[in-house]
Amino acid sequence: MSEKKEFLGYKGEVLETIKKAEAEIGDIIRVTKNEEVYEGILIPRSEYGDEKHVVIKLRSGYNIGIRITPNTKIEKIGKGAKPAFAPTSSPEQNPKLPKVAIISTGGTIASRVDYRTGAVRPALTASDLYSVVPELANIARIDAQILLSLFSENIIPKHWTEIAKAVAKQIAEGVDGVLIAHGTDTMGYTAAALSFALQNLPVPVILVGSQRSADRPSSDAATNLIGAVTAAAKAPFAEVALAMHETPSDTSITLHKGTKVRKCHTSRRDTFKSVNAQLIAKVENHKVTMLIEDYRKRDPSRKLVLKPEFDEKVALIKSYPGMNPAVIDWCVENAYRGIVLEGTGLGHVGRYCFEAIRSAVKHDIVVAMTSQCIWGRVNMNVYDQGRDLLALGVIPLEDMLSETAVVKLMWIFGQTRDMEEAKKLLKTNIVGEFSPRTLPEKSGE
Amino acid sequence: MPLEIDYEKIGLKVGLEIHQQLDTSAKLFCNCKPELFKEEPEITFLRRLRPTQSELGQIDPAAYFEFQKGVKILYEANTATSCLVEMDEEPPHPLNMEAVEIVLAAALMMKAKPVDEIHVMRKTVIDGSNTTGFQRTCVIALNGEVKTGKKIVPIQYVSLEEDAARKMGEEEGDIIRYRIDRLGIPLIEVATAPVINSPKEAGEVALAIGRILRATGKVKRGLGTIRQDLNISIPNGAIIEIKGVQELELLRFVVEYEVQRQLNLLKISDELGKSEVKEEDIKEEFFDVTEIFKQTKCKVVHKALDRNQRVFAVKLPKFKGFLKRELVPNFRLGTEMAYRARFWGRVGGIFHTDELPAYGITAEEVEELRKAVKADEHDAIVFVADNPENAKDALKAVVERAREAIKGVPEETRAPNPDGTTHYMRPRPGAARMYPETDIPPVQITEDYIKQIGSRLPELPEQKLQRLMKEYRLNQKLAKQILDSEHGELFETIVKESRVSPTTVAVFLTETLKALKRDGIQIEKVSENQIREIFKSINAGELTKETIPDMVVWLSKHENKSVQEAVNSLGLKIISEDELRVFVEKVVVDNRELIQERGEDSFGILMGIIMRDLRGKVNAALASKVLKEKLKEFME
Ligand SMILES: [Zn+2]
Repeated sequence: MSEKKEFLGYKGEVLETIKKAEAEIGDIIRVTKNEEVYEGILIPRSEYGDEKHVVIKLRSGYNIGIRITPNTKIEKIGKGAKPAFAPTSSPEQNPKLPKVAIISTGGTIASRVDYRTGAVRPALTASDLYSVVPELANIARIDAQILLSLFSENIIPKHWTEIAKAVAKQIAEGVDGVLIAHGTDTMGYTAAALSFALQNLPVPVILVGSQRSADRPSSDAATNLIGAVTAAAKAPFAEVALAMHETPSDTSITLHKGTKVRKCHTSRRDTFKSVNAQLIAKVENHKVTMLIEDYRKRDPSRKLVLKPEFDEKVALIKSYPGMNPAVIDWCVENAYRGIVLEGTGLGHVGRYCFEAIRSAVKHDIVVAMTSQCIWGRVNMNVYDQGRDLLALGVIPLEDMLSETAVVKLMWIFGQTRDMEEAKKLLKTNIVGEFSPRTLPEKSGE
Repeated sequence: MPLEIDYEKIGLKVGLEIHQQLDTSAKLFCNCKPELFKEEPEITFLRRLRPTQSELGQIDPAAYFEFQKGVKILYEANTATSCLVEMDEEPPHPLNMEAVEIVLAAALMMKAKPVDEIHVMRKTVIDGSNTTGFQRTCVIALNGEVKTGKKIVPIQYVSLEEDAARKMGEEEGDIIRYRIDRLGIPLIEVATAPVINSPKEAGEVALAIGRILRATGKVKRGLGTIRQDLNISIPNGAIIEIKGVQELELLRFVVEYEVQRQLNLLKISDELGKSEVKEEDIKEEFFDVTEIFKQTKCKVVHKALDRNQRVFAVKLPKFKGFLKRELVPNFRLGTEMAYRARFWGRVGGIFHTDELPAYGITAEEVEELRKAVKADEHDAIVFVADNPENAKDALKAVVERAREAIKGVPEETRAPNPDGTTHYMRPRPGAARMYPETDIPPVQITEDYIKQIGSRLPELPEQKLQRLMKEYRLNQKLAKQILDSEHGELFETIVKESRVSPTTVAVFLTETLKALKRDGIQIEKVSENQIREIFKSINAGELTKETIPDMVVWLSKHENKSVQEAVNSLGLKIISEDELRVFVEKVVVDNRELIQERGEDSFGILMGIIMRDLRGKVNAALASKVLKEKLKEFME
């Protein structure tokens, strides 16, 4: 905490009143109003709170808001003890255990609560992690690094590049696995991006997040983290994978292929689903069980191929009844290099968009088709509408997820500007983004 | 019966927290019905709760212990009573304003001052009773009061919180089962200052608060809807928190027994002090004494050894005789230790030398045991048969409890037994366990809103009492009984829709029902609607009021049957006046000799005959009138 006085969240009149009382967050104050007297610790106010209330924590532990009126008096009656971050002692690292690097991008997988003010602080260093999730010390030697501190919705392609380079560095240093802590909203995109950027992997690269914040006892963060570290340390595969809860229970963590995984629920712990693909593996009771037979084996001697560049000039456009084709024209005018159309059904868009699509193709924009159905494969040969789109030059992307498709196109244009080369790459199954077969089981659940 | 004690003199201080479920249409943070289910669960899921660390590295020791033991929680749910919110799979919805309004009304009735802005807090609870690992709770108003007799008891705060999941049982492998139907039902909590000075007063204060809550007309009733927590202390003793007393009648006994328990513990501490045993004399030195019991006749130990478990023992120096000392009826210092051992060691129970030889354990085995742990005749020995880890955890807890016995009364959270005595539940939670619920925006309470609620407050219990006496001419005793009964509202409904005298209705709803219940009749199986129908039938002249108890008994034994079916089955249909006349005439003719002999004096006997045969089928006043007429006719 800085030496400066802190008035977190307070604005306007209330801030003036607090300043006049020379109080700051954490101090004990007395508020007197219409003969009522309230005493408690001055608590930070939410950014979105109004400018009329001061929040104090009563001795009982409860917070209440008191409206400040012209006849309200605030006095500081005690200096608040600054919350001291008790230093945690790192446990002995067992040299026999595998080494796992944890790279934080902003998803807090572990945190502490300051019960005095209610502030939640992330626990990000290795010793923090050990102290919050002590089981980790028995699984791996951990090296923790804070690369970014971003909400996942603020992560953009240049961050994928940074993350990929950071992972490559760790792998060069000889770790047995890399773990990336990430907010869940766009974790699927990052997983796809890293799948393309980190090819020929010698060890596993695991993305992990949490759906319930780490400050609550019921958080899925610790279970996910334990599962992910276990996979990074011990799993026999060397792929980019995403580790999260399999069900609402804390019993198993599933590992999804980075190019075939999608966030499918706004809030559930088991939000991530493998779409049109099988799960790679499962972690249960600290044990990894492989669920597929065909995978790249872990092999520390393999040489990583790092291709971390991306080009953002790619759009993802969802087709819907009455969509204005000017959206496509806008991409043409703004010199986009690729468009992924998320079509309806087997891969269709309305005939009223054909002219715009034709123009895009003519302007050397790669136009590709995925389906908004999420599950299944596009097939543009069944109906006239589809055949006409193919004739316009639209490239069908089989069973690829729209999210993976847009990431792949960005990555392709990070590698080449040659249109033919780009189209060829787009149709090539590089890191398992296409499944050759669609299996009958599994559709979401 | 507890001892006679001058509570004022010993400085007893009791504070109460009364919790009662609110009768809202939805839960506090989601739109699920606030109801329980009896069927098998449709959904189950398994979780672990991890104690979160505070900035200062503090964690609740009991919580951390449970976690380290690998305790898992199996939650049960169905879709009628729970959604993703209760499963902690979806953030809570905003605060249910229907609940806020009920609490505000109750708070205003207790003259408490509403806060300007409500902030929902998370109170850490990781025993599994909340899927989140915390209970959501918020203060709605502060500084109120209730009156009992002449005393004014300050109300520290009135708050609104979510009820917890219901514990259904424990399974093998450290799994605790909870059902989340109850989770999220809104509860009002009223907390008094610790100013109550006697057991009797504790009951009175709870009653006064209960009356106000009932007066809102918006609280749930029946078993399990009210829970009372107490904090009880005496000088030199400790603050003991007793959680979850369900019956009002039990409160005074809980307080009496707790005082008695603390006084007895202080006496033990005093005597142990005189024997000069020190805390550090009690050592965590556990002896594996399995060999001694290889051939034992004790079934419990034998069974444990069959499962390859071991017997561990610890010596408690100078404790001989203290473990069998009774603290409250049927509850000894040894029992206290047993509860501790069960909690911390998850063992079935303990054995101690103060109760041996017994349970198949012989004097020879006890002698061997003494030798093995090097105990002399002043020492007590406690032993446990279980797996080594559990057994040692249990004995550690015993040692700790023994050390505390030297000091006096340990601070604890306790749970009530059915007789009002209590047992160890867990250590008192630390203070630092509340932090803001950031998923729920604060709710501003404007002055206009308060004025609005204030302008339509229900009548206060005192006012209602006066009105019941005036409006329905009930005597004070009956009026009070109606005020405190579950059926206050029903009383007024019935009186409004029938011409049966209010006193008759009141007597039925209080004394008659109570008497039936005493006789073992399950009156709760008879619905309020059925009771209303019975009175409507009386009103319509189809039933007589004498038949009410029979009707209720029949309905309680025939669930889901109608009032009409009861009438038919009991043959209680009122006969018509014409039928009555024919019947009376026959009685008169049959008894003409008696009438000729006695004249008008035969009326009583004849009336007796008529009512014996027509009981419940005829209105007595009408029968009397007809008989008089017929007699007159006959004698003329
Ligand atoms: Zn719900």
